[in-house]
Amino acid sequence: MKTKVLMAILAVVIAGLIAVPWIASYFYVFIFTEILILGLFAASFNLIFGYTGMLSFGHAAFFGIGAYATALVLIHLEWPFLVCLLVSMGASALLALMIGFLSVRLNEVYFAMLTLAFGMMVFAIAYQWRSVTNGSDGLAGFTLGSFGLGLDLTLANPSVYYHVVLGIVAIAAIVLYLICRSSFGMILKAIRQNPERVSFAGLNVRTYRLVAFVIAGTFAGLAGGLIAPFLRVASPELLHWSMSAEPILMAILGGTGFFLGPFIGSAAFVLLETWITTYTESWMLVLGIILALMVIFFRKGLLGTAIDWWMEVKK
Amino acid sequence: MSGIGAALLNSLDIGLLLFIIAVGLNIVFGVLNIINFAHGALYMLGAYLAFTLINIAGMPFWAALILAPIGVAILAVIIDRVLLRFIYSRDVADSLLLTFAILLIINESVRMIWGSGIHVVQPPDLLSGSVQLLGSSVATYSLFVIVIGLLLLAGLWYLFNRTRVGRIMRAAALDRDMAEALCINTRLVVTGVFAFGAWLAAVGGVMAAPMRALDPGMGDKIIIESFIVVVIGGLGSFPGALLGAIILGLIHGFGGRYLPEVNLLLPFVGMALVLLFKPNGMMGKGANA
Repeated sequence: MKTKVLMAILAVVIAGLIAVPWIASYFYVFIFTEILILGLFAASFNLIFGYTGMLSFGHAAFFGIGAYATALVLIHLEWPFLVCLLVSMGASALLALMIGFLSVRLNEVYFAMLTLAFGMMVFAIAYQWRSVTNGSDGLAGFTLGSFGLGLDLTLANPSVYYHVVLGIVAIAAIVLYLICRSSFGMILKAIRQNPERVSFAGLNVRTYRLVAFVIAGTFAGLAGGLIAPFLRVASPELLHWSMSAEPILMAILGGTGFFLGPFIGSAAFVLLETWITTYTESWMLVLGIILALMVIFFRKGLLGTAIDWWMEVKK
Repeated sequence: MSGIGAALLNSLDIGLLLFIIAVGLNIVFGVLNIINFAHGALYMLGAYLAFTLINIAGMPFWAALILAPIGVAILAVIIDRVLLRFIYSRDVADSLLLTFAILLIINESVRMIWGSGIHVVQPPDLLSGSVQLLGSSVATYSLFVIVIGLLLLAGLWYLFNRTRVGRIMRAAALDRDMAEALCINTRLVVTGVFAFGAWLAAVGGVMAAPMRALDPGMGDKIIIESFIVVVIGGLGSFPGALLGAIILGLIHGFGGRYLPEVNLLLPFVGMALVLLFKPNGMMGKGANA
């Protein structure tokens, strides 16, 4: 019963997402493209936070590297878009391996500080290395050529790009979901609950945490590769810690205990941002207040609170 | 030779200023077991309050040095009683998230109140000149920062090792339940320590104001520097904070002079090296996951 209701809701949502360009204006096509990309970014973050229990404050480093990688490949090599995305994933995986190697072996407090510090290190490099990254202006002026796989798509068309993003995010989400459901995902959950016991069971906690960190970084890099052509620029802001705050807030907003939580959080976040920034420029202030309230009163997020409420009503 | 002398003095004033800020972070961590992400924001608030007191209200620098940190400490008491009290009994992730939210709120509030532009605070007349030392001319204000830094260092050492209040703080840091069983009002200690940490951050902010331009990003820079200091020195260690701050001061003092191209990267390289060989910091222990 419960799964049938869930499957039905999911089917309606997916059908609705596919139909967006035909039923809504360009404005909402852009909004939904952003929701999907940031949703993937937040879901990748939740693999290490919600599942493994590692709170990273530097996840934007991988997102930003992904964006820069795609922008650089498009400018200098003009390779097909799919190949750009693979390069983005490779670059962020490598960066995640380096930062993760130094960070995952320490406890939660150290991990939080180190990810923030290394994230800002990447930001400082992008800011200073003008000859490659064009400094504070960022990289712009790249155009999307072919998609790859012999498909003839006009990626410059926002509707087409939206469908491409939808397809890639859907595939990535399924892969992430399968990872979470696998025995590897179960071990990650066990590490969150009790690392000592996992380690007594003969498993190397550090290796599992590092692998989870690299997977999360890789998917964040994919999201970054998708955001660069969407924004038409790869700028240092994508690497700043205020960008790292976004997946944290999305995951908390949607609910860290659920696979789809970050996607729902991303939708709430982007819609709220669009709505609030028409009234005030101080979006970060609102963001801080919402985060504080969610942490104190609604730690399970919108989805968790809704499910609790539904269970209560059904009794 | 004169270049090295100037770089050394420069390292010392940066290092001691960093020590004042990082030791506040360390004390709060020791007793409350939380890392206050908003520590840099409180430092920035101290600097901006000093700017308002000096440039707008026309007060002398000395009055601002006393009043601005008290103002920030009062705000810290409010933050502790209104927000942080909810999460003391929870998982450590919640305290990180909440102080991060406070950081966002303070940062944006500063931008709203004082604007995104740069503000400048003049050092007091008495300290605005320069003196000849070690064969080169040194700003008097740098020497003042070094003297105040050393005084605070001695004061903190005395507080923790020779006074009753310091012993109570150390007891609460070692074992809060045990301290409570010995009739210590730990709630008061927790609020007091959080306010004291904020006071130290704000003292650092007022001291930094005449040396650096004030902008809404100054808190972010200093919190990352403080993190590097405690990672190098070892979290929760008082001598570690001093050692880490001096090392980072030297990196800045000499790196800025001799390796300007990679200056911004050097602190991170230092931190990565310490992490590779001593993951718990030079003086820390027990940080393994």
